[in-house]
Amino acid sequence: MAALGTSSRATAWRWTILIVAAVYFLLPLWAALRFAGISAFGSVIGEPGFTASLALSVRLAVITTLVTIALMLPTTVYVHLRLPKLRRLLEGITILPIVIPPVVLIVGVLAIAPGFLKSTSLLLALVYVVLAMPFTYRALDAGLRALDLKTIVEASNSLGAGWLSTLWRVLLPNLRTALLSATVLSVAMVLGEFTMASLDLYQTFPVWIYVNSQTSGQVSVAASLLALFVTWIFLLGITVIGTRQSRKTGGGAVTLFTVAPAETRGN
Amino acid sequence: MTTSVLLQDLTRAFGVTRALDGLSIEMAPGELVALLGPSGCGKTTALRIVAGFETADTGSVLVNGKDISSVPASRRDMGMVFQSYSLFPNMPALDNVAFGLRMRKMGASQRRQRAADLLDMVGLAPQARQYPHQLSGGQQQRVALARALAIEPRVLLLDEPLSALDAKVRLQLREQIRTLQQRLGTTTLFVTHDQEEALSMADRVGVMRQGRLEQIAAPDELYTDPATAFVAEFVGVMNRIPGELQPSGQVTALGSTVPVRGHRPDETAVDVLVRPEGLTLEVAENGNGIVTTRTFLGSVTRVGVQLSGDVAVQVDRPSAESAALGPGASVSVSLPGQPVLVATRLVS
Repeated sequence: MAALGTSSRATAWRWTILIVAAVYFLLPLWAALRFAGISAFGSVIGEPGFTASLALSVRLAVITTLVTIALMLPTTVYVHLRLPKLRRLLEGITILPIVIPPVVLIVGVLAIAPGFLKSTSLLLALVYVVLAMPFTYRALDAGLRALDLKTIVEASNSLGAGWLSTLWRVLLPNLRTALLSATVLSVAMVLGEFTMASLDLYQTFPVWIYVNSQTSGQVSVAASLLALFVTWIFLLGITVIGTRQSRKTGGGAVTLFTVAPAETRGN
Repeated sequence: MTTSVLLQDLTRAFGVTRALDGLSIEMAPGELVALLGPSGCGKTTALRIVAGFETADTGSVLVNGKDISSVPASRRDMGMVFQSYSLFPNMPALDNVAFGLRMRKMGASQRRQRAADLLDMVGLAPQARQYPHQLSGGQQQRVALARALAIEPRVLLLDEPLSALDAKVRLQLREQIRTLQQRLGTTTLFVTHDQEEALSMADRVGVMRQGRLEQIAAPDELYTDPATAFVAEFVGVMNRIPGELQPSGQVTALGSTVPVRGHRPDETAVDVLVRPEGLTLEVAENGNGIVTTRTFLGSVTRVGVQLSGDVAVQVDRPSAESAALGPGASVSVSLPGQPVLVATRLVS
């Protein structure tokens, strides 16, 4: 009886915490929804600048993610295989973009960037690559740690696969979860970044929302909510796909915080 | 196709450690050679040089008479089974086995057929669609073996493939590997620190120590006729009994004087090396030892005897004749008449 009492008390606590948390997170959303009104969602899409800013943000997200992965995947694999002693150093370097305030970074970049870059959104993408590096490195690092990298690469080599085949057919498929995590984090970062974009005078989606809030509060709140839902659905899609793949090869569910498939060794 | 392999005077240093110090081995086509030795003796380095994952500082590896030192690992046509599980986690067993064939641009249906045949050969046809994480350790190593054999390798390299498995599976897999290897006639280099494994599977066993080959011989020869004290003690159980070298070249221990074979140390104070089955043991009122332990091993019983001068030896006796040899019994231990190996006395 005592045990039952304890467990029902625990259940009560769990529900209390859950409800408090739900109210904390959902109440503002509900309030925003009330304030904007359903009709505002329809007019958001017709607002000047909406499509352009969203397209710019999506383009930046895609470029950033691809460039970051293209740079970091070979680097991380190489460091793991050949220069394991440098792992700590690399970890230290990749933490810098998080430690240095965005304002400092972008002012520095604008001061030294060559003119031809300053006039394109590519500059912003390159800065975002630097910002996305820590997440990508961490995700890949954890993914590689979960693999017996040296053995797998050597097995692949001994079976006749060169470096490219090994990377493409063996490493990439096994790092899918890590790459998905890296993608999720990079995309979320790009879609939410404000400081650099506004200082670099680009109207990315977050900047557009801010600017719009000056003129039409309702529309801008509706846009924020829309952005939130779009991002949410996007991330949900990634985790579902990731989990399906991960289950197939023995890993667990993929969450936004999963960076590597679960250990799959058995005897 | 049969392949001969020649390791020629290989040396390899890691910093100040000499992992290999002039290793030469000649492997006949179809032969299974085991490299046996304590960890750090260089056996794995030797295997990795043959595989192409390490390079020798000097010396060369010849396959069918051709130096392959400059050929990258991916072009050496060597099947390798690793100590740790090395299957690609993202592929089911069948695709793992077919991987090497795919790299060799074999057509899809053909390679699937061949991979299925090989899985069948290692007894895992029903597991073809399973992913590595769904297989037991022993099954994974069998898939790894099938994968290594699928490419019809010129040489099969086994890097302690059984050491991660539990005893029963290890025993089964040992026999399976040997049977397959003999059936296919694949020249095989097998690295292990488990002497039982080496002795039971190999045509010849090379015992390594500090980057050098101490002796390479057939298992029975290695056991009955070890060339050095190191080999004698590394392979099987060996007693060390203090003795005195005589000017005549014989050695005196346990009250008898017997001939010495092999290397003779300069000192007169030596240890005589005798296997448990080489010692004679009798119950005696005022013998030279007291029984301390008795271990039943099936047909024989191993008796631990404490001799005077703080020397402990183990003696094997037929189990049927060991009833009186309980702990505390006074016994007499003596040397056989045959020539014995001696080694520099260990100071403890």
